[in-house]
Amino acid sequence: MSQHPPRDKRDPLARRKDRHVPPGLRSSAMHAMSARAAAGCFVLQACQDCGAVTYPPRDACPRCWGELLWQDQARGALVLCETTIRATTDLYFRDHLPWRMGKLALDAGPTALAHLHADLKPGDRADMHLMLDKGGNAALFALPAGGRPDMDDHQWREFTVPVKDRIVLVSDARSAIGRAVVKALHSAGAGLIFAGMAPPSRAADLTDELSGLDRVQTLPFDITDSSLVAEGISKIAGPLDIVINTARFVRGGRNLVDQKRMMDIAVLGFMRLSAACAPLLAGRPAGAFVDLVSIQALAGEAGFAGYAAAEAARLSLLHSFRHDMRAQGVRVLSIFSGPSDDEDHQSVPPPKVAPSRLAREVVEALHMGRETTCVGEVASDAMERWLADPALFVREKNL
Amino acid sequence: MTALDPTLAGLIAGIATQRIRTVDLTNILSPDFPVIVLPAEFGQCEPFRMETVSRYDGNGPAWYWNNISMNEHTGTHFDAPAHWITGRDVPNGTVDAVSPADFIHPAVVIDISNEAAADEDFIVTRAFLEAWEASHGPIPPRHWILLRSDWSKRVGTLSYLNLKDDGAHSPGPDAGAMRFLVLERDCVGLGVETVGTDAGQAAHFNEPLPAHSILHGNGRFGLQCLTNLDQLPAFGSVIVAMPLKIRGGSGSPLRVMALVAGH
Amino acid sequence: MTRTRISYDGVVLCAPVTVPYERYSSQTAHWWAGRALRALTGATGFGPGDIDGFCFASFSAAPDTAVGMVQHLGLSPRWLDHLPTGGASGVMALRRAARAVQCGDADIVACVAADTNHLDSFRQTLAGFSRFSQDAVYPYGFGGPNATFALITDAYMRTYGIGREHFGKLCVAQRRNALFNPLALMRTELTLDDYLRARPISDPVHLFDCVMPCAGAEAFIVTTPEIAAARGLKTARILATIERHNAFPDDPVQLRGGWAMDVDDLWSMAGIGPEQVHMLQAYDDYPVIVAMQLEDLGFCPKGQAADFIARTGFEIDGDLPLNTNGGQLSAGQAGAAGGFQNVTEGLRQVLHQPLGAQVPDARTAALSGFGLVNYDRGVCTAAAVIEACR
Repeated sequence: MSQHPPRDKRDPLARRKDRHVPPGLRSSAMHAMSARAAAGCFVLQACQDCGAVTYPPRDACPRCWGELLWQDQARGALVLCETTIRATTDLYFRDHLPWRMGKLALDAGPTALAHLHADLKPGDRADMHLMLDKGGNAALFALPAGGRPDMDDHQWREFTVPVKDRIVLVSDARSAIGRAVVKALHSAGAGLIFAGMAPPSRAADLTDELSGLDRVQTLPFDITDSSLVAEGISKIAGPLDIVINTARFVRGGRNLVDQKRMMDIAVLGFMRLSAACAPLLAGRPAGAFVDLVSIQALAGEAGFAGYAAAEAARLSLLHSFRHDMRAQGVRVLSIFSGPSDDEDHQSVPPPKVAPSRLAREVVEALHMGRETTCVGEVASDAMERWLADPALFVREKNL
Repeated sequence: MTALDPTLAGLIAGIATQRIRTVDLTNILSPDFPVIVLPAEFGQCEPFRMETVSRYDGNGPAWYWNNISMNEHTGTHFDAPAHWITGRDVPNGTVDAVSPADFIHPAVVIDISNEAAADEDFIVTRAFLEAWEASHGPIPPRHWILLRSDWSKRVGTLSYLNLKDDGAHSPGPDAGAMRFLVLERDCVGLGVETVGTDAGQAAHFNEPLPAHSILHGNGRFGLQCLTNLDQLPAFGSVIVAMPLKIRGGSGSPLRVMALVAGH
Repeated sequence: MTRTRISYDGVVLCAPVTVPYERYSSQTAHWWAGRALRALTGATGFGPGDIDGFCFASFSAAPDTAVGMVQHLGLSPRWLDHLPTGGASGVMALRRAARAVQCGDADIVACVAADTNHLDSFRQTLAGFSRFSQDAVYPYGFGGPNATFALITDAYMRTYGIGREHFGKLCVAQRRNALFNPLALMRTELTLDDYLRARPISDPVHLFDCVMPCAGAEAFIVTTPEIAAARGLKTARILATIERHNAFPDDPVQLRGGWAMDVDDLWSMAGIGPEQVHMLQAYDDYPVIVAMQLEDLGFCPKGQAADFIARTGFEIDGDLPLNTNGGQLSAGQAGAAGGFQNVTEGLRQVLHQPLGAQVPDARTAALSGFGLVNYDRGVCTAAAVIEACR
């Protein structure tokens, strides 16, 4: 009889903590910046004509009124001055006072207000990170120059999803990717990992290698039925911080039975899982939902047409789910990958993504709070081409 | 008002006075009831699924109903001859064409529970059946043959499907036993507690999947995922099994009941 | 070659009015504007039919602007202006109205600033203040103006070595002035010790560095000397004005205001120097901005505010009477009216119509405005020098 590892003991009568998000109103230009921040880029606008770099986002160059383009910029900066905010009318920041911020002179040119890491003071060099705040909008965060992200900094934690000591559900831990994700979470110090085991159950499930790990518990879990999802989640019997949806069904060809199953897992399964987990995640200080989605979702692909269609539908739902969860401060992360080096893509030539690499990137995406991650060359290349010229990319993928 | 024919009246009176027991041989159809698992290269059986359309709510304030979906061979189910390639040309081989006369047949219950408990791959052979006849009496013609393995007591545990790294493990007949039952005892069909009429490892037999092959090739039926067989006597029960009238269907989930005389 | 600016001959200011402030008001900006016009009528006898020019400033009149306000208040002006420039709006209103009257586009211009303060309106005003604020300020802790000016104060203190005790001296002096102002919201004595021990709001900004948002209205009339004389009104004339927006955009942190670009012009047009004015009504949303104005308006050299503050008395009877009504720090900040009270108070003092104590022999006053933190600094600056007409 396995037992849950001990979780934090809490006052059973304490009222549930309402979660808030930072102010969310932004200009269209700022949303463009956020869209790039979502992919982990550090960008600022530069003038197409005079080259001047500008911030905050504008709609015309303040030097020559030329067109502005988003460009990657140097991350270096110098801290000019600082303050510790101890009073605010905003509900989110009230929950997190005192809050340190400062003004920095960016190596790229402009000055900018930014959240300050606890170790930074005026005169220090800093590295700028364009992070997404709890409301999903881009915000500048200054870390000490050359330093690693610091998961203990209480402000930095607000922009990331700490894994250490958190309770995680992996929807399908039977696949090579699912197993790798469980192991990566385990290495990252997750407090308790529920490894979902999709049917059919096997005799060997009881002695599965995963359940041999401390802090890992296997759990019958099937996202193709709402009542089974509910039953699975009921067995978690406590808070849930992070859900990682590794479930997928990959088949080529045009078999309708396969297609239905692909839709049932990728689309309806996503809906069942996300709907069941949303209220649990919303109550947590750093809730996150991570979905592994195929890069084929972007443009479809002859040969995997049905699978790509299911993944495209899943991606569409993922966008909407992100919207739904934004007001609750729950991060919804997309991990795109091309063919993985597993039984699902035996007939696809390399390059392929090793499940262990995909798993590491899941943990990294959580630790950076990165909304969109492309793992491997196939996914990165596809995303780049799709962003550059979607019509051409769709054509090329289906020539 | 016209009185019932005495034969039917006797049946009804028997049920009413419980001189005829009714035994439900059906498992509950639920999303988590296991379905047969085939090797990965084949298409798979879809389990039972149920989505609520309304439950006295905005989608139907005064009524409750669900949409359900499943494979024909889900839960306690009936196999028609057309289910197997050997039965593809059998006349009236699909569920919609099953004669109403075949909805009700007597049954012989063969207890293999001890053997199955000792050996999860227990094979019912002709020799086993002959020995059984020797101790219990001959199997009459036009009977269902029900194998009581007590496998239904494993429902809800991993040992029901009993999937291991080399496949499923569960008891069932070999080809010799099937030929004996079909050709020499003229059985109506074979009913089992496991998810298939064939043994878990029957794909590896010299004559693979003999129950399906021989039953259906000879126009006989299958019943799977039965329960409560331990409440039936070896002789003397009558089985009522009526598959859904699915056009061209190969099988169907259904309610199976037994009528048993005496207490 | 610079052109010589035309003087403000033929224009006078009169009738400074202040509608008593309230910490919170359930009334609207429209109501407060109505009270201000009513007070102007009381002071001058001008009714709706007399006023042919209207200049309006407010943060809380939404969805209305000056346009909605004229219909709401029954005015039919032939000259209309709306100033969204907050703390700089009073001097800017004076400046614009003066040229309108001087050129004959209007004869009697009512300059009105009115703002209400509902329980949650400060937060709401903040939330919708400016695009740069939405995008690049509020997401960083939502400290509001306190945080923005904390950064400026921090940088200013580091650069010029000025201490909290210097800012404290300004705040204490203004509070002492407020004790004479029956309309001031804060009228308990403040000691330097109180100031220094106050709780931090956004380091290094502490409680008594911050203004108290409130509801209120301010107004004055710009007209011709002849019209004013016909009504027997006491008047002042404008010696000089300046105005500048988005000055020194490349300064990484605001250590100087737009006044520094135009200060020479101000005093040369005025024909007097800063040492010759009898009082200074400086914009005082935070004391660091007052210190900056002392430098940038030429009362002391740049970087020497600390020393200047240490050796100057700012009380009503001091060397340089400063914010003689208590300023916003003690009287309260009634939204855009906070950018008018420097004008009305300076005007009252030179006209010898004080709310409380009178600056002895005051005839000239320097008025300075500073407004609109669009992003990281106040964008709008303006100043004027006025003198009582004999």
